[in-house]
Amino acid sequence: MSGLWTPRRGGLIALASVIAVLPLFLQNAFHYDVAILIGLNAIVCVGLNLLIGYAGQISLGHAGFFALGAYASAILTGEHDWPPLAALLGGALGVGLLSFVIARPILKLKGHYLAMGTLGMGIIISIVLNQEVELTGGPDGMPVPSFVLFGWKPAGELTWYALVGGLLLATVWLALNLIDSPVGRALRAVHGSETAAEVMGIDTTRYKVQVFVVSAVLASLSGSLFAHYAGFISPAEGEFFRSIELVTMVVLGGMASTFGAVVGAAILTLVPQLLAAFHDYEMLLFGAVLMGMMIFLRKGLVPSLAQLLRERRK
Amino acid sequence: MSLLRVENLSKSFGGVTAVADLSFTIEPGAIYSIIGPNGAGKTTVINLISGIFRPSSGRIFFEDQDVTGLPPYELAGRGLSRIFQNLQVFANMTALENVMVGYHLHCDRRFLPALLRLPHIVRGDAACRDFAAELMASVGLGDYVHAEASMLPYGALKRLEIARALATRPKMLLLDEPAAGLNPAETDAIDGLIKGIAESGVTVLLVEHDMRLVMGISDRILVLDHGRWLASGTAQEVRRNPEVVAAYLGGDARER
Amino acid sequence: MLAEFLQFLFSGVTVGAIYALVGLGFSIIFNSSRVINFAQGEFVMIGGMATVFLMGGGLPMPLAILLAIVIATAVGIALERFAVEPARGASVVTLIIITIGASIFLRGAAQVIWDRNFHSMPPFTGDRPIEIAGATILPQGLWVLGCTLLIVVGLRVFFRHSLTGKAMLAASYNPLAAQLAGIDTRRLLLISFALASGLGATAGILIAPIALTYANVGVMLGLKGFSAAIVGGLGNPMGAIAGGLVVGIAEAMTAGYLSSAYKDAVAFVIILAVLFFLPNGLFGRPGGEAP
Repeated sequence: MSGLWTPRRGGLIALASVIAVLPLFLQNAFHYDVAILIGLNAIVCVGLNLLIGYAGQISLGHAGFFALGAYASAILTGEHDWPPLAALLGGALGVGLLSFVIARPILKLKGHYLAMGTLGMGIIISIVLNQEVELTGGPDGMPVPSFVLFGWKPAGELTWYALVGGLLLATVWLALNLIDSPVGRALRAVHGSETAAEVMGIDTTRYKVQVFVVSAVLASLSGSLFAHYAGFISPAEGEFFRSIELVTMVVLGGMASTFGAVVGAAILTLVPQLLAAFHDYEMLLFGAVLMGMMIFLRKGLVPSLAQLLRERRK
Repeated sequence: MSLLRVENLSKSFGGVTAVADLSFTIEPGAIYSIIGPNGAGKTTVINLISGIFRPSSGRIFFEDQDVTGLPPYELAGRGLSRIFQNLQVFANMTALENVMVGYHLHCDRRFLPALLRLPHIVRGDAACRDFAAELMASVGLGDYVHAEASMLPYGALKRLEIARALATRPKMLLLDEPAAGLNPAETDAIDGLIKGIAESGVTVLLVEHDMRLVMGISDRILVLDHGRWLASGTAQEVRRNPEVVAAYLGGDARER
Repeated sequence: MLAEFLQFLFSGVTVGAIYALVGLGFSIIFNSSRVINFAQGEFVMIGGMATVFLMGGGLPMPLAILLAIVIATAVGIALERFAVEPARGASVVTLIIITIGASIFLRGAAQVIWDRNFHSMPPFTGDRPIEIAGATILPQGLWVLGCTLLIVVGLRVFFRHSLTGKAMLAASYNPLAAQLAGIDTRRLLLISFALASGLGATAGILIAPIALTYANVGVMLGLKGFSAAIVGGLGNPMGAIAGGLVVGIAEAMTAGYLSSAYKDAVAFVIILAVLFFLPNGLFGRPGGEAP
């Protein structure tokens, strides 16, 4: 409680400023499109970072939750005429329940085994989305009605940009709150030593399950918004590769750094857009970039930069 | 009322018996030590009492309530804490945060208030921070309050574990080799620390190799050999017990 | 009834043998480096694609096959040298992302060097189905089984009787002790990547005449091989063989009797079931990751 300028408050203000000022530099619909996608990815990554970066539990299947949220919104609004907000919340509730049921057995696994378990989970979700053609339209995907909020319909890039930007800011605020609390310390303790955490009175299973559910629900919410924004959804959003992309965003930005997760999401959403100019070489270059960044920036961008700054100051 | 009562406790790992048919009782307020040669099963006993291992058979009572098989976090809630022989410090946090984790049970641990950072969470955290800093100062870690835990020297890490365990406000503290790896001066300091903990009303169960430390501060000593009860009594009684001398202490201890 | 069952069994065993070879590669690399190599499926792709294109360039089949295996092995060695070696000591997630980056890179390279189309490869010897008790099996299926059997026997001999093989086993049980005993663990790492990539390429070449081959063929095959490795107990090479057969047969039976739509899900349901109920795999050694 020393002064008004704490790192968390400073970070929040910086993020808010970037979100507010960025439209000055966005020149066309495509630019806005990329910015909105960055925001949607960042929301997922902030949640995933709570799970991976803070609690130390890997998940290679979170794109599955993203896609489930997206499909819940698509199906409930498109086929059953639910109001979009109800569909979004319904999807989040459904994903929350599903992740709660999965969490207990899957989070008993550690390290490599947890990676494989979550990978299997994600792939099963993606296969179901591909195969339940009557419900999901199969590999061809399905259209999604526009988003309507109590009669208000966000249309145009700037409106969507403001909506996603505001939600991202709120998500970051909530995440920072959580980390700086007894619950957040308990999560980090689980990462540090599960045995010691238990001895300190921390029900490690409960906290792992909670944070798994929170990260899944955030992915689902982001997925729902994505579905409405894009107006179309296909199982590709839930593929194994998307899960890896999300995890890479978290790791690249810097584990256990909420702002790192946002930076990671921004970079890894931008890179493919930039590489698209190279046509046939896109995949090859993307793979090379992925490898290079992980080999040379093992700690992630934000922590590596912070360390560099500290050393400079000395 | 006894604080801790262990009845016919046994533990085997894949056919190898580590602890066999062990019974003992600890009264509140004492410093109780378990000694024995390497492989006597001392650490296994600590792991059984603190809930890290489940016993193969036998029962454990804490404050006359059956706590056999309860997970460590529930035992912590009942007032049982410990330190680890092979340090289990949270290396991803600062030293202060380590101790704050110890205070976990006395904080508001609900998810929603934390997410919204309600005013009482902010106040609670500030109080927790002060409490932890004070506790660190009281175990002699005042200089390390803001250091990253991973940067602390070995001796300080031992004290950090003690501070963290004390932050749970235990009724009983299990100390698994608190002096292992320390030099004589540091060991003497730990000796004083343990006495202070006992005087503050926390019952101590000590497992230790340093005989001088054990003999100096223990009210009662239990001697284990190959996982079995060999002898128990005061330092004087144990020292004079010929079986103990034969099995373990040898001439070395008598000289001391 | 029996004929139908036999038919499913044949196809299950054939594809299971392929999974087994891929899973073997996973296990061998995991043993020597604790790295889960997500690029393992790409060796399968390189094997198939290289053979197809070398034959298209006029090489006779045996020579094309040999050269394809050499190419894949070289890629495997390069992967170890330039991606895994520089990242030693990195966290599990980082290593996973690096090998996935490698997998994307190799797929991208295949699209550039070769193409994005589907290719078929002629069978090694004839394509007239052989009839057994009412069910049929393709000669190529026999090639798959025969070669797999040969490789398994060969590897067993290698691990049991050659100095390098024994050193690899020792290093997997206790890397530090192996190093202290004067075993060059870095060289073993290279050998294991070479071995795994060669095995993957062989699998890709064997299966190419039965299924089509294309730049992304390795993704699913890699993941299925991966589940074979887990079912057998991660890091247990001989377990991976059994795991491959279990996954292959379960898949064929599901496709035959239940639903071909969910055939691909079987491998992953098995992964979850094994992890939840038999955390060390069917044949793994216990106590792998104690608390």
